[in-house]
Amino acid sequence: MSMRNGPVCDVAVIGGGVVGCAVLRELSRYDLRLVLLERESDLAEGVTKGNSGVIHAGFNVPPRSLKARTNVAGLKLVYELAETLGVPHRKTGKLVIALADEDRPRLEELKAAGDRSGVPGLEIVDEPAIRRLEPLARGRWALWSPHTGIISPYEFTIALAECAARNGAEVRLEAPVESVGVRDGLFHLKTPKGEVVARAVVNCAGLFSDEVARLAGIDDYRIFPYRGEYLITDKDCGLRLGRPIYPVPPRDDPGLGIHITPTLEGNILLGPSAEAVADKRDAATTREVAAKLKAEAARLMPELGGVGFIHSYAGIRPKLVDPSGGARFEDFICEESERRPGWISLVGIESPGLTAAPALAEMVVAMLGARLDLRLKAEFRPDLPVKKRFAALDDDKRAGRVAKDADWGEMICRCEHVTRAEVVAALRNPFGARTLDAVKRRTRCGMGRCQGGFCTPRIVEVLQEEGVAPDRITKRGGGSRLFYGRLKG
Amino acid sequence: MERRVETCDVAVIGGGPAGLAAALGARRAGAAKVLLLEREKTLGGILNQCVHDGFGLFLYKETISGPEYAERLAEDVAREPIQVETGAMVLDLSRERVLKVNSRAGYRSVQAGAVVLAMGCRERTRDQIEIPGTRPAGVYTAGLAQNLVNLQNLRIGNEAVILGSGDIGLIMARRLLFEGIKVKGVFEILPWAGGLERNVRQCLMDFSIPLELGSTVVEIRGRDRVESVVVAKVGEGLAPVAGTERVVGCDTLLLSVGLIPENELSKRAGVELSPLTGGAAVDETLMTSVPGVFSCGNVLHIHDVADWASFEGFAAGERAARYAAGDRPAGTTVRATPGPLIKYALPQIVTAGKAGVEWSFRVTRPVRDVGIEVKGKTSGKVYARKKYPRLLPSELQKIKVKDAIEEEIEVGCHE
Repeated sequence: MSMRNGPVCDVAVIGGGVVGCAVLRELSRYDLRLVLLERESDLAEGVTKGNSGVIHAGFNVPPRSLKARTNVAGLKLVYELAETLGVPHRKTGKLVIALADEDRPRLEELKAAGDRSGVPGLEIVDEPAIRRLEPLARGRWALWSPHTGIISPYEFTIALAECAARNGAEVRLEAPVESVGVRDGLFHLKTPKGEVVARAVVNCAGLFSDEVARLAGIDDYRIFPYRGEYLITDKDCGLRLGRPIYPVPPRDDPGLGIHITPTLEGNILLGPSAEAVADKRDAATTREVAAKLKAEAARLMPELGGVGFIHSYAGIRPKLVDPSGGARFEDFICEESERRPGWISLVGIESPGLTAAPALAEMVVAMLGARLDLRLKAEFRPDLPVKKRFAALDDDKRAGRVAKDADWGEMICRCEHVTRAEVVAALRNPFGARTLDAVKRRTRCGMGRCQGGFCTPRIVEVLQEEGVAPDRITKRGGGSRLFYGRLKG
Repeated sequence: MERRVETCDVAVIGGGPAGLAAALGARRAGAAKVLLLEREKTLGGILNQCVHDGFGLFLYKETISGPEYAERLAEDVAREPIQVETGAMVLDLSRERVLKVNSRAGYRSVQAGAVVLAMGCRERTRDQIEIPGTRPAGVYTAGLAQNLVNLQNLRIGNEAVILGSGDIGLIMARRLLFEGIKVKGVFEILPWAGGLERNVRQCLMDFSIPLELGSTVVEIRGRDRVESVVVAKVGEGLAPVAGTERVVGCDTLLLSVGLIPENELSKRAGVELSPLTGGAAVDETLMTSVPGVFSCGNVLHIHDVADWASFEGFAAGERAARYAAGDRPAGTTVRATPGPLIKYALPQIVTAGKAGVEWSFRVTRPVRDVGIEVKGKTSGKVYARKKYPRLLPSELQKIKVKDAIEEEIEVGCHE
């Protein structure tokens, strides 16, 4: 028996993406012993990190589906949570654009679906209105959704987990579940970071939720990975985009179509493509798709034609739609196993999963209520200590910070204006995530135009000061090491 | 509450070969209060990681290493009453020449009489040249690798492929070899090497490191760490030719695929940039479109030799000091544009009636037996002509005009 085996926990959450972390945070309101197990070296390393970061209003999915219900409910919850947790976000609104008159009926269909699902404020607008809202966009008609917004998916996820941790939940990184045993009504989850014994399990393992379920003897699901590639511009690319602009969803596209999305910092995202791939971890980008992204995006925003990109990446959608089958739509699955009572699986949580996550979390808690004694904790803290980036502070506040702590005066990242104080704070996160990507997602170091060319040596120095030996410095854990020891010198 | 704003005559942003010289130039031209701001912890800029020989031939008439070159200039600076601040980064610059500076000593504003931009450049990255594939560890820009190897003594890999034959890539090929890291080859998309000829000879040929021209990396493979790259020949329009792909096993890919003048501060001040150089459009005094703001070194245009960046720095510093003392340019201006086979010619703007203007230029491709002409666009008058047996794009060249210039100018190369 491992020494790490603690007492029996009430709920083990498998998967540290936005869904797992939303579930963990929702459960942390109650007097429960909670553990989250994440296979990667940080949270949000899977499906969560590779999407457009759009808070969806809920008109893209069939009314009455679980997707629609959790999306519409989640819309309100995401904004509330982002406020409470201090996660940067913006209600931008969104335009779905028809380039020609004959596409207008598609907009009417979307509006009708949205109206039926209870999406507020949808209206069809004409060309002058499009121009007024988004001067660089081209289009004949558009569906205007005033409540759509943008948020950083990984910052949101990390904040949810930090709040849960603040309320006593445990998070174990690099702890993939390798086997599941069921004895005396308890689940025994084996991981390289010790065994966890739990009364209930919530499987939020994203791309691997089918495989994780199979470990528990539940052979009910099959995930099909669909890759989506993105391109991202510099903040300084000279173009301003206020809100996401989408095409009318192409009928042959398993996604929402290649769209153009601003980030909170002012970059512009192009993508994603939607392509069924064989390998769940095949996040490679391709020359062909990059060309397609540029061509498609330029139809909605011709000025993008001459813009350069600082980064490309791909995310993988965990779809239930079999690419070789005829089905076009599969709903989210959120259910307790009949075969394994106490085991709840969330499967096929693709778009609009980011928005739906808090509503799915509430569903999970309601399901667990039948099994566990859910007593609210009086000491529950719904929020997080206020964190503000140096780059977002005004002059007086900056001067004040530096006067109090000189680490705020030492710039580590020149492109995104990140200070040493912020890098150190990121490395001291409560989960022990200490990779370059963990720093990047928490501080934006390396997300700028030099892509880490200048800040990497400095972060490598800080990592060593924080006790990480050069051989243990990785990009994102596992075998992604940067160095092979020291040179002879 | 009114706060007294700190002032200086000349503020120099950046303490590399150009900025150090600019601070000295400003002193020589009589500026009383010169402020030199460097964001790194030591002066010298990229020179500090250039431990190889070959610097100083023009400035010091001998070849020394990068750190030695930096040290000499820094010693000259130390002898002057120049206010030097290291670990101090300028985060904002306004058209009115107000700098926002952050350092461990504090965050503050400084009003400068004149400003010299000497921030240097950054490296082009993987995504700017759009190499598809996975995103593993082990992909480094050459300068980043140089920093990690030379300043932090870290072993960045075991088997490397180098894409791009820029000078840093060539220097790093030899450096890696010295450190026992195998270099499988240097691949260059163009039909000619990007770096100086002497570097091709001394860093590759002398060590039998293969240089493949007309080929590029078309894919990066490996999930966690680079496992291999796919290289291919390029054809028309530099597009990869299908069927020529081959897999080269390696755990490290170094990119030496170009340098970009780092003009984010310049943009904030409203400085007009040249699309040809990536740096400011300047007049013959190296003043930008924003009065009182001057530019020199790699932030103005990419140099192949540090000495030239320093010479530009001296000149920019002197002019900045004169501006701060009240000396204002007079008269109308004319534009100078590049003609045939010329990538760019600098200055881009000349005060009408000015004599003795010197242009820096680069050719677009290697050429032989050519004449460089500085020609009046209205009159057709040839102001200067110079013959060259051969010219390479990697070499920055200069041509001087004795007469006063009164019209739009074209700098052209004629075969």
